[in-house]
Amino acid sequence: MFKNLTVGRALVYAALLLMAIYYLLPLYVMLTTSFKSLDDIRAGNMLSLPQAWQGGAWVKAWAEACTGVECNGMQGFFWNSIKMTLPAVAISTILGAVNGYVVSMWRFRGSDALFTMLLVGCFIPFQVVLLPMAQVLGMLGIANTTTGLVLVHVVYGTAFTTLFFRNFYITVPDELVKAARIDGAGFWTIFFRILLPISGPIFVVCIIWQFTQIWNDFLFGVVFASGEAQPITVALNNLVNTSTGVKEYNVDMAAAIIAALPTLFVYMVAGRYFVRGLTAGAVKG
Amino acid sequence: MAALSINNVYKTYANGTDVLKGIDIAIEDGQFLILVGPSGCGKSTLLNMIAGLDDISSGDIEIGGKRVNDLSPKDRDIAMVFQSYALYPSMTVRQNISFGLEIRKVAQAEIDATVNRVAEMLQITHLLDRKPGQMSGGQRQRVAMGRALARNPSIFLFDEPLSNLDAKLRVEMRTEIKLMHQRLKSTIVYVTHDQIEAMTLGDKIAVMKDGIVQQFGSPQDIYDNPANLFVASFIGSPSMNFIPATVIQTGSDIGVKICDDKGCVVLPLPHDKAKLAKFVGQEVIFGIRPEQITDARTAHREGLPVMSCHIDVIEPTGPDTLVFVSLNNTKVCCRTHPTEAKRPGQSMDLVFDVSKAVLFDPKTEARIV
Repeated sequence: MFKNLTVGRALVYAALLLMAIYYLLPLYVMLTTSFKSLDDIRAGNMLSLPQAWQGGAWVKAWAEACTGVECNGMQGFFWNSIKMTLPAVAISTILGAVNGYVVSMWRFRGSDALFTMLLVGCFIPFQVVLLPMAQVLGMLGIANTTTGLVLVHVVYGTAFTTLFFRNFYITVPDELVKAARIDGAGFWTIFFRILLPISGPIFVVCIIWQFTQIWNDFLFGVVFASGEAQPITVALNNLVNTSTGVKEYNVDMAAAIIAALPTLFVYMVAGRYFVRGLTAGAVKG
Repeated sequence: MAALSINNVYKTYANGTDVLKGIDIAIEDGQFLILVGPSGCGKSTLLNMIAGLDDISSGDIEIGGKRVNDLSPKDRDIAMVFQSYALYPSMTVRQNISFGLEIRKVAQAEIDATVNRVAEMLQITHLLDRKPGQMSGGQRQRVAMGRALARNPSIFLFDEPLSNLDAKLRVEMRTEIKLMHQRLKSTIVYVTHDQIEAMTLGDKIAVMKDGIVQQFGSPQDIYDNPANLFVASFIGSPSMNFIPATVIQTGSDIGVKICDDKGCVVLPLPHDKAKLAKFVGQEVIFGIRPEQITDARTAHREGLPVMSCHIDVIEPTGPDTLVFVSLNNTKVCCRTHPTEAKRPGQSMDLVFDVSKAVLFDPKTEARIV
């Protein structure tokens, strides 16, 4: 293994190792701290292992910690986030797939302009749309609801998902669609029978991207949902910032990990397809 | 009744450029039509318009006597084979072939019978359960043809189907397509940029350039009687020689003056004197194919004009040796018998068979005689 180890290569490995440590260290600190008792935290240094492993902080973070007036832990908000993220990811991905299919395979007068407008949507900062979006949600009567948040994320995410799918379908030869049209297939038959079966990689990319974006979103969550409907990111903020009593770092850390678990899970399950899907769209075109 | 007739068809893009400028072509049932030309000549656009994949700006296209301008591709009774084969990647060969039939709600028993018949004909039965990604280019090509055959359409459209194959396979598949055509007597429109494919496959060839049909006729007719300089240069390999030459009248004979570095001869032309007379004293382009300048043994006829020429380069091809000489300061290719060809630097007697030579106007590039 070390046969080809030159100085240059050793330096590269050392740099990589340093990077890995740099990125993994916070996770290590979070994990160990979450299993420590408060005394342990105050006594020891940050990098030491717990003197006694305790799961109490996790239970408290999940079910008992105060996030403002209520003290029911993160559990309710975790489900809020699930209820918001799953439909928002599903709807925006499906819309993106159909949009991408249309702008790449069924060019019509103005389809390039439409695509450009969608692209611009990717560059609009969150803050710009807050006020108009609040008005729209109010008019629709879904302000401060999970449904409202789903709508916001679908609208915002469709620009990205369309871009992903368009860039993927643009690498699929036009002749495939031509052949299907001559075979007698219509718009939806071509989509469902020819293109969807080969869209696996880009679906994975889209789902990971959207899931991470929507699950991790704080701004929309804090602005457009309140109280019971808050997503987990907002609840985490409230939990950490609750100013009464002692600062429970172990509970904070456990809560933060709980909030991050789903995105970690998605990456671990589908991460290798993520890279594959990204490059699949990038090689040609 | 014409199987396909294209009447004064134009294709104009939104920005006003014409890619097709009044195409008129008609073929009979069972004929093999070739659309050939350099890239950008509009041949693929025309094929897409026949297929219904591109709109017709003006003019009419009729298939089997029925105007199809406003019919969608699926209602035109056509099948198409694409350059990239366009096999559906997620489907097996069997599903690829049966897809069109399934969409048309053909009974399952009939679909199975058709798939088996087509697969047997193209010898792809052992591939039926494979996916396109697991096959070679030649196998995919066969499947693409199978998909077209299964539908049994009134016209087959081929869009450069052999361009992606290697040279050897291309020749094999070419013969197979010809065989299929002879057996099924199907009507075929075939787009290619390869003049050899055009010559070998076609019953009728339409040579296209710049959105205009330069010449429409049988392969031999186009080879022997090119309508203009472009057609003459495009069809035939090695290409026809184009020698700038002056038309000269000596007595009642009219001929062209050909010189090399040692001297000149006048080649008398047996063509229509009335037409030639107008060009006496003028510069024209004298077109003569390589096989019409050869050695005495191959020429095999008495009384043809002979000229001793200095050889620049020779290229043995096996059956023939191509001898390159310089006439009127132009590189000229002559096809000679391998044992008769001399060495570069030597001189060789070359026999000119001018009976099939042609003359072009150097300005308009149109045919004179």
